[in-house]
Amino acid sequence: MKKLLLGNEAIARGAYEAGVRVSSAYPGTPSTEINENVATYPEIYSEWAPNEKVAVEVALGAAVSGARSLACMKHVGLNVAADPFFTATYTGVNAGMVVVVADDPGMHSSQNEQDTRMLARASHAPILDPSNSQECKDFLKLAYDISEKYDTPVILRLTTRIAHARTLVELEDRIELPLREYNRDIKKFVSMPANMIGRHLYVEEREARLANDANKLSINKIEWADRTVGVITSGAAYNYVKEAMPNASVLKLGLAYPMPRKLIEEFANAVDTLYVIEDMEPFYEDAIKSWGIKCSGKELTGVQGELFARKIAAKFQGAEEAGPMNTQGIPARPPVLCPGCPHRGLYHILGKLKLTVCSDIGCYTLGALPPLSGVDTCVCMGASIGMAHGMEKARGAMQAKKTVAVLGDSTFCHSGLTGLLNMAYNRSVGTVIVADNSITGMTGHQNNPANGYDIHGEPTTALDIVKLCEAMGINNVRVVDPFDLKELEKVVREETERDELSVIISRRPCALIVKQPGVPFVCDSEKCRNCGLCMKIGCPAIRKIETGVAVDPTQCVGCGLCAQLCHFGALNPEA
Amino acid sequence: MYNIVIVGVGGQGTLLASKILGQLAMNNGYDVRVSEVHGMSQRGGSVVTYVRISNDQPLYSSIVEQGQADIVLAFENLEALRALPYLKADGTMVVNTQEILPMPVITGSTKYPEDCLSRVEANANTIKINAVDIAHECGTYRAANVVLMGVCAKMLPFAEDEWHKAIEQCVKPKFLEINISAFDRGYAYK
Repeated sequence: MKKLLLGNEAIARGAYEAGVRVSSAYPGTPSTEINENVATYPEIYSEWAPNEKVAVEVALGAAVSGARSLACMKHVGLNVAADPFFTATYTGVNAGMVVVVADDPGMHSSQNEQDTRMLARASHAPILDPSNSQECKDFLKLAYDISEKYDTPVILRLTTRIAHARTLVELEDRIELPLREYNRDIKKFVSMPANMIGRHLYVEEREARLANDANKLSINKIEWADRTVGVITSGAAYNYVKEAMPNASVLKLGLAYPMPRKLIEEFANAVDTLYVIEDMEPFYEDAIKSWGIKCSGKELTGVQGELFARKIAAKFQGAEEAGPMNTQGIPARPPVLCPGCPHRGLYHILGKLKLTVCSDIGCYTLGALPPLSGVDTCVCMGASIGMAHGMEKARGAMQAKKTVAVLGDSTFCHSGLTGLLNMAYNRSVGTVIVADNSITGMTGHQNNPANGYDIHGEPTTALDIVKLCEAMGINNVRVVDPFDLKELEKVVREETERDELSVIISRRPCALIVKQPGVPFVCDSEKCRNCGLCMKIGCPAIRKIETGVAVDPTQCVGCGLCAQLCHFGALNPEA
Repeated sequence: MYNIVIVGVGGQGTLLASKILGQLAMNNGYDVRVSEVHGMSQRGGSVVTYVRISNDQPLYSSIVEQGQADIVLAFENLEALRALPYLKADGTMVVNTQEILPMPVITGSTKYPEDCLSRVEANANTIKINAVDIAHECGTYRAANVVLMGVCAKMLPFAEDEWHKAIEQCVKPKFLEINISAFDRGYAYK
């Protein structure tokens, strides 16, 4: 039976078919839907981990103990998980282990364009690079075979256009694999220097063996056509090459690392001109050039952004360049905080108090955009806390009184705890605000350790952030409703002025998970003085009209922030 | 082969439209590529979804590029204008005549172009429809996406009952009736 599946859904299906028993992940675009779909298969234990490092450790534990396992994350998640991963390639596995990592060329929803192939090479892990949903499933299953045959965790790399594209997939049955036997193996699984010296030598030998076998691997394949031009490519770039250069011979690398040198040399020798066309870094190109093979690619396409068929046709075939879309006189439409978003009131107050805001990764990063324009820094998960602390230690306690760290509940669980512990331990007098909306918002509403629900929506233990702060020795922990602007302002003022470390929990569920939205507000044009104060919070439901403002009843969820700003009582719930 | 681009504002239901189209094409033996947008831009930003279906030539890329679209399905006026370059010379723009103000307009840093629709009409075969009102009459303004599917249906080689079947496969049973009537209203639109 065929089904139209997202790349991410196909990965989940592949995990099911490959007999995977354990899957752990932290959500992150464009990888989130993998584990959401894995959770629909009762045969697989699945969970949201607090972060990617934990997810990889869980997958490793499962694999070492004899079960096929999966961990999923976006590209920057592998940075967090690099510590266990870089040694897991030394220890190897028992049953197969695959880490699916989704890159985001073009940065649709990410902070950088790092290329996971580079991390695979750095950690000596094999990495596969599929081009469509069918390959997502097939490659994943092959990745488990490689993992077990070569005793190593394997990376399967996606890019946004593969993860979030739907193509047809042929479904197959699950293979039920018994748990492999588990035996204590100190020399392999205890990473003391004496043991790992031997394992490092094994890693070298294994990698050379796989590189040699890669010359015959089914997913590294040559599609012969006109031999005047040959292209080496993989992943999403392969699709664009096939459309832009239908006459060229193509060497498609399904295994991106280690690379099949003999096969590449054979291909290079058989074509007149060799191009290497790949997303992101010149990963293949640099290696191929280092072998003394003449080729070109990145000097024509550059490294930033996505490749598309028309760009490839223009750069390599001399076709007319499409140029950027003409957007003259067309206002941009950046993403915004939703109507009723609890972060809006928080950013309004932080702006009013003219505080330096070290923010973090999540919906609340959108507070950086006009009209709130209220964010100074955003770097990576949890960096808000460390950076605010660094500012304080560099510039003194006065800086701490003008600075806050802002991060969400899920981000706090992911990477905020250690930063906060550092502040408590090293006598910070700063202020940390946990914007607790009871969900992982930006990635599409996943439960997390602080909201009391698991991946299936079943009730579980919830982290008590107040008690946690108290346990760290933090004396000032306040919980406040960000819809109550007056109280919120008072609390932020008091806690930033205090000569001690404070944590403010700004608590209100995400507007999109509130089942029953409130009564929409309307503007009484008799009372409205057209002062524009209510427009300062950047609510998409309010627009200026000749007589004052109008509230869009289809968008307004009745949060009432605008009414709190109005001095004239013009904004009230619909009668 | 047909290339279709669906544009709108995050949260308008463009993903359901692409899902129905993809399902329909697959049911009828076509190869399909759908490229969706998840994540940040879903929060009220511009969203673009590409649908490519073919029963005569192989498909690889899931992206529709400038000058390649047979149909652009726009859920909002300004997004229709923005998406104009996607259309082939003889392509058709279907636009739901709704205005949703982007934040730079709300904050007053720029103006919503008043001549949005006339600029679209001057440059493309255009079908205008107030799908929100029609959907509202069917039971919920949220079904505007399926009204637009109905308009789009007349330009594609699939029978009406095939569309009904695809909708049934893609929406929750309790919303099926509303969606079918929304589709029929779009299909009957002149």
